[in-house]
Amino acid sequence: MSTATTSLSATAISGCGDAPVLRERGQREVFCGLTGIIWLHRKIQDAFFLVVGSRTCAHLIQSAAGVMIFAEPRFATAIIDERDLAGIADCNDELDRVVDQLLARRPEIRLLFLVGSCPSEVIKLDLSRAAERLSATHMPQVRVLNYSGSGIETTFTQGEDACLASLVPILPREAPGASPNLLVVGALAEVVEDQLRRLLEGLGIEGVQFMPPRSALALPAVGPNTRYLLAQPFLADTARALEARGATRLPAPFPLGAEGTTAWLQAAANAWGVSPERFDAVTQAPLDRARRALARHREELAGKSVFFFPDSQLEIPLARFLAREMDMRLVEVGTPYLHRQHLAEELALLPAGTALSEGQDVDRQLDRARTAHPDIVVCGLGLANPLEAEGISTKWSIELLFTPIQGYDQAADLAELFARPLNRRLRLKV
Amino acid sequence: MQLTLWTYEGPPHVGAMRIATAMEGVHYVLHAPQGDTYADLLFTMIERRSKRPPVTYTTFQARDLGGDTAELFKNAVRDAYARFQPQALLVGASCTAELIQDDPGGLARALNLPVPVVALELPSYQKKENWGAAETFYQVVRAFAGSSVPPPGTPRPERPAGARPRCNVLGPAALGFRHRDDVVEITRLLVQLGIDVNVVAPLGATPADIARLGDAEFNVVLYPEIAGQAAAWLARSFGQKATKSVPIGIGATRDFINEVAALAGVDPSAVLAGSPSRLPWYSRSVDSNYLTGKRVFVFGDATHAVAAARVAREEMGFTVVGLGTYSREFAREVREAAKLYDVEPLISDDYLEIEARIAAAQPELVLGTQMERHIAKRLGIACAVISAPVHVQDFPARYSPVMGFEGANVLFDAWIHPLMMGLEEHLIGMFRGDFEFHDDAAPSHLGHAAQARPEPRPEPEPVAAAAGSLVWAPEAEKEVGKIPFFVRGKARRNTEKFALAQGLATITVDTLYDAKAHYGR
Repeated sequence: MSTATTSLSATAISGCGDAPVLRERGQREVFCGLTGIIWLHRKIQDAFFLVVGSRTCAHLIQSAAGVMIFAEPRFATAIIDERDLAGIADCNDELDRVVDQLLARRPEIRLLFLVGSCPSEVIKLDLSRAAERLSATHMPQVRVLNYSGSGIETTFTQGEDACLASLVPILPREAPGASPNLLVVGALAEVVEDQLRRLLEGLGIEGVQFMPPRSALALPAVGPNTRYLLAQPFLADTARALEARGATRLPAPFPLGAEGTTAWLQAAANAWGVSPERFDAVTQAPLDRARRALARHREELAGKSVFFFPDSQLEIPLARFLAREMDMRLVEVGTPYLHRQHLAEELALLPAGTALSEGQDVDRQLDRARTAHPDIVVCGLGLANPLEAEGISTKWSIELLFTPIQGYDQAADLAELFARPLNRRLRLKV
Repeated sequence: MQLTLWTYEGPPHVGAMRIATAMEGVHYVLHAPQGDTYADLLFTMIERRSKRPPVTYTTFQARDLGGDTAELFKNAVRDAYARFQPQALLVGASCTAELIQDDPGGLARALNLPVPVVALELPSYQKKENWGAAETFYQVVRAFAGSSVPPPGTPRPERPAGARPRCNVLGPAALGFRHRDDVVEITRLLVQLGIDVNVVAPLGATPADIARLGDAEFNVVLYPEIAGQAAAWLARSFGQKATKSVPIGIGATRDFINEVAALAGVDPSAVLAGSPSRLPWYSRSVDSNYLTGKRVFVFGDATHAVAAARVAREEMGFTVVGLGTYSREFAREVREAAKLYDVEPLISDDYLEIEARIAAAQPELVLGTQMERHIAKRLGIACAVISAPVHVQDFPARYSPVMGFEGANVLFDAWIHPLMMGLEEHLIGMFRGDFEFHDDAAPSHLGHAAQARPEPRPEPEPVAAAAGSLVWAPEAEKEVGKIPFFVRGKARRNTEKFALAQGLATITVDTLYDAKAHYGR
């Protein structure tokens, strides 16, 4: 197929050996960054996400959410119509009117994100100026920020990155002469945040802050004494913005699986000079517990093959976990975008010779998956049932964003997400 | 700009996908950014289709915009043709590609592929999903059946002696509300009448099937939202008449049988005498007495809403207290129907407005879409789904049409199930302090454990009625609380209306019972 520009480059990747990365450019079967709103609107409870886009955008979010949530959601779409495009109505006046209407209805909103979309980008509607203007009108009750979740610029989880990056400039400055403080970056389930906080406090790291915060009024402070740990692998822009504020990244694998969690905590422990004895004292019991819980799933998963379609950017850490802790075979690990710097520690842990791919040409990738006939494919919702119908078990990757999977006590839950489809196939006699 | 929380319809290209996915042998190349691929999951997850929709997206990115997106589109068309070898291609743009104006039709034709190319122009910022489906089906029908249109004025050839009459069945599409089973039920009915089905389209039809549409004598239009425009063209081009009645409910099914029999020149009496539905007897059965006059609010696409309102009144004995649609294209039909029920028609796709109207009408049952199911749940009102937009639950594993005689059985079960059963209503009326049969208990057969009776409420304060200066005296407020919740709203409204008409400022216990005597039930 000539649409796909495919290149094999033998870029040296430490640890993963000199595994070539297959770069493809064809049809990508992935969500756009707007999808992140589905979990972000639950995470920051006094924030509201207003997409400035088309009917397609509105339909995407409600369809990707899978369900139309019973409660009135904290997201909506300002649908651009013909009048806006023809210049009969001024887009900025219209947007001001819609925002007034929304804020009158939802007085509890403290933070409003104007979220750019493909159409708003193409017509060059300047949402950053709109956000400034609207902030000036509605502060101090409501602060208005903007980011782009458009599919011409962002892929799925990059929407969270863009959202968090837009928050960085408004984070309060840390007090002058503040002692080193730790910021954990990336949306996590509350239960996971609480567990990680307990472990980090056990190591003697007090006052750990999380981003995004649960409330827009509880923004973490940031400055030159901030050390930050990424909890998610897709936060390139956020990291850049934090570094511009003086914060320093602690390089680490991601806290997926027992090994990943330990290495992630170790990065913090090293930065804080925690003694090996204290580190073991804090982590040994949960680590043992995680290993015991994982053992049961390893029986089911060991030796099985897994094929990742690019979707959430979680693919490489997940592949590392499944290969090293579950003894699974990696057929192909596809990722929409490979951030070498943030994933350096992960790549070093991947088995040598792992087939990596970046970008997508979905039809060709499906051909490869059919040829390899792996035991399980990790893919998006559009592909899952067609592959199941062809006799290949699948795991929807979107579930990995909605389920608490990080940390010691979720390691087995993560394994179970992969074991369940295989187990189900064994049970069914129809 | 319009503030939208939920949308009843997707964009028009999703309507085009519903046609392409329903058909066999076509492939749709859509100039669109990557996010638009979400639409695949509508078909693979909601409808549980086992194949990907036959759609290729160009998935252009920001960096392509400065370059040659037209070339990207042409390559996508060429590759899609090479890989899928369709008998025909549909090409078009989604909302974002519409803005960059690449002319998908012209680009695709310039490739000189050996198959027909149907160019779809679906204005995304103006139209919606059902319009897109209707326009696409119309374009497909014109493109493939166009070459067999006889010269204007040619009379339809006589049916050969001894041949059975033939019709087409038009409208069923992918992602339609019960389309899969309606087609089976209506085909069965047509066969019983001695009528052959020439082509069902778009569901399961190939371009070659579409080319044969002109062979039928007339068209059965099951879903006017999708097939109305194509049927009008077929009427002009081939002189094919089209059915007007949509066979949802016993009365409408009988009308449909009579209409079809007249078009085909067959005798419907045997099929009408058979009328194999339990609905008429179940509705007359004495235990259905409690359904009498239940207040229902009906909302959906125009066809299903209008049909449901008729069934609700004539076949269930309900009272229609609201009727509306989100399809502005069919507002006229709904306005006409609303006159029959003496209700203000609601033509809107503003979810919040619809919620407010339902709340104000205080129905006991909502017949709506998945949207109204959420509204009803929030308001604590029973609900049954009668129309798209659909969710995975609207594709039941069992045979479950809503059209024809079996469809009427399905409607009876689906609409009665969410309601509290007759005797249960009485028990609540009689024994209001009972720990199981209290106001806040759900219908017991719906499986929820009886909820604990909530704490007794504090003595009510005088309550200002919504209607203005009217005030409920505390004793009257207490008394109205003794009325079972499923009729309390009506009692309260009637009392307030009565008090206003009488020029009263305060509603007392006597006012309540005076109003009861005035309105009766």
